[in-house]
Amino acid sequence: MSASDRNTVLSSVRRSLGRSGPVDAEAAAKLRARIKGHARNIVPARTDLDDAGLVDLFQTMAEKVFATVERVSDMSEVPGAVGDYLRRENLPAQVVMAPDETLDAAPWSDNALMEIRRGTPVEADQVSVTSAPVAVAETGTLAMFSGPAHPSTLNFIPETHVVVLPASRVVKSYEDVFDAVRAQMGDAASGRNGLPPRTVNFITGPSRSGDIEQTLLLGAHGPRRLHIVIVEDGDQTG
Amino acid sequence: MSVSTTRNFKANAAEQLANETLRGALTKSKGHFTGGRATAAANLPEFEALRDQARDIKNHTIEHLDFYLEAYEEKVTEAGGQVHWARTAEDARNIVLEICRSVDAKAVNKGKSMISEECAINDMLEANGIRAVETDLGEYIIQLRGETPSHIIAPAVHLTKGQVEESFRKNHTHLDPNRVLEEPPTLLNEARTILREKYFQAEVGITGANLLVAETGSSIIVTNEGNGDLSQLIPKVHIVLASLEKIVPTLEDASTILRVLARSATGQEFSSYTTVSTGPKREGDPDGPEQYHVILLDNGRSEMLGTEFQDMLRCIRCGACMNHCPVYQSVGGHAYGWVYPGPMGSVLSPGLLGVDEAGHLPNASSFCGRCEEVCPVRIPLPKLMRHWREQEFEKHLSPGAARVGLGLWAFFAKRPKLYQLATGIEMRVLGWLGRKRGRFSSLPLAGGWTKYRELPAPEGRTFQSRWKSGERPQAGGTR
Repeated sequence: MSASDRNTVLSSVRRSLGRSGPVDAEAAAKLRARIKGHARNIVPARTDLDDAGLVDLFQTMAEKVFATVERVSDMSEVPGAVGDYLRRENLPAQVVMAPDETLDAAPWSDNALMEIRRGTPVEADQVSVTSAPVAVAETGTLAMFSGPAHPSTLNFIPETHVVVLPASRVVKSYEDVFDAVRAQMGDAASGRNGLPPRTVNFITGPSRSGDIEQTLLLGAHGPRRLHIVIVEDGDQTG
Repeated sequence: MSVSTTRNFKANAAEQLANETLRGALTKSKGHFTGGRATAAANLPEFEALRDQARDIKNHTIEHLDFYLEAYEEKVTEAGGQVHWARTAEDARNIVLEICRSVDAKAVNKGKSMISEECAINDMLEANGIRAVETDLGEYIIQLRGETPSHIIAPAVHLTKGQVEESFRKNHTHLDPNRVLEEPPTLLNEARTILREKYFQAEVGITGANLLVAETGSSIIVTNEGNGDLSQLIPKVHIVLASLEKIVPTLEDASTILRVLARSATGQEFSSYTTVSTGPKREGDPDGPEQYHVILLDNGRSEMLGTEFQDMLRCIRCGACMNHCPVYQSVGGHAYGWVYPGPMGSVLSPGLLGVDEAGHLPNASSFCGRCEEVCPVRIPLPKLMRHWREQEFEKHLSPGAARVGLGLWAFFAKRPKLYQLATGIEMRVLGWLGRKRGRFSSLPLAGGWTKYRELPAPEGRTFQSRWKSGERPQAGGTR
């Protein structure tokens, strides 16, 4: 890059907008305030529901886009539910699991048949298990934040992605997710240094493609199956 | 810039109209897209209001584009990324090549990007001995066939599964030639397996951006396959190719655009994957790219600002206009001869290539207005096409026959008595000639019409003479 290209582009923009230089100080202050205020636009009213209603809506919307959803009452039931799911789907009882705290709260060792590796996936891994920090009822969307305990590749490389979702983490809208992102950015203890996570993945159903004659096919490059285990009382660890 | 054949639009269109395979493929896709959008719009009571807001957000941003670009750059830099400014497609190619060379890249994985098509990045990479691998299924198919995309969100929409099978058999020669490969799922699985290996071989991943966010310096991609994510997560360098107008002020503004984007494009409420990326991987992150570059491409856009074509810079590339366009649905995307087909292309291409080069395209419209009706950011596409037509006419670029014809029509139109006399005779003659069949299958000077459909014969009198003689539509019905 050369600085002159930057100036040429910016000058051309300004010339076309009828200005010879940057916006004046007053206008700039207003625009900065618009960013800082990040006011919400219209948020669909379909999420005007109580907490239980939001979890139901999340489930309905996720199932509409071919995710499978089951509910368990607390974290102690999660390993059994995951094991049963893998058996039902004829999948190997070998999983690669995010090294995250939410999952630590489940008694995985109770399920002796399951082989678990914590960390990032390799090509041969067929099943990943992660938690989701937050999920959007509006469209049945999971939101994943990358970080030391949350490799983004777990969301994409294995053919089957199992997500453990404490029910209390279901929010209404994408805007709620971004508020959660901002809360972490501002929190010194999060280690974010004022930055959002490198990657925020919104995931709505398994991977799909319509590129061959508009035929809907699941599992184009990402997971063929997305299984969500909602834990009614799942956030004892916070 | 990538090669354009828009000058040959008429010949291209005629050729495509005669292509029966294309006809079949387009008929299959059309209902899927239009029906999907209609359902998605009906399922969201706020949809129309969201379209208004999306329009206003884009207008606000465009009017302060320089401010938001600088604010965005500052945030990208804070997050450890690097912004590169490209005035032209050539600048963009040079920047990409420089980055690839700096890490001694042998292979580049590509997520679907129309800016990459606009800049002909793949040709440049191949010419420099770097393998470019398109990973979107549609893009992968057309790359194998040496074709360009025929649609901005469904690049292989012009192909049938039989053609895809043929390409796979021809290219995947290491596989058993007797394998069964007829149905879409087997085709998908084969592509998935082959591309899987390639994800782990590339040093650089290139994606486009649906949105850039000034508030956080983030780029956002919207995909269904997950290929864009694998392309940007695994290689050590991530390059984002984006044009200037992709920017929005805040994450809330992005949310609004995202709500209208997928619904307008594929009829989904939300695409499978919407990914917000900010800078390179952080300390302690187990995966993600070590370098994050954004190339901001101008390539003629800043000159559209402040003109009657400024509205076009709102476009969010959903493809709804082409999905609903009778012309696109008849001739397909390749006839348009350059990267952007359909109504949005007919407005954008003359802006980027010049009206001398792409002046034919704005004429490829019946002005039915469907494109404007479905545009999520309410771009007045027919009006903008009309502006280009005026410019084309003023520059004396329109063909002689059209100019003579218009001149002749103007001569009569300015002389109402003569006009009525001449059209009166014409209608009576045509009505008499067509009295038996009620329509013509061929007619002198109207071959362009009658080649593909019949012309209904007039009933014998002009509208004006019938109106004058007191004839009126009957209540409750059309006569």
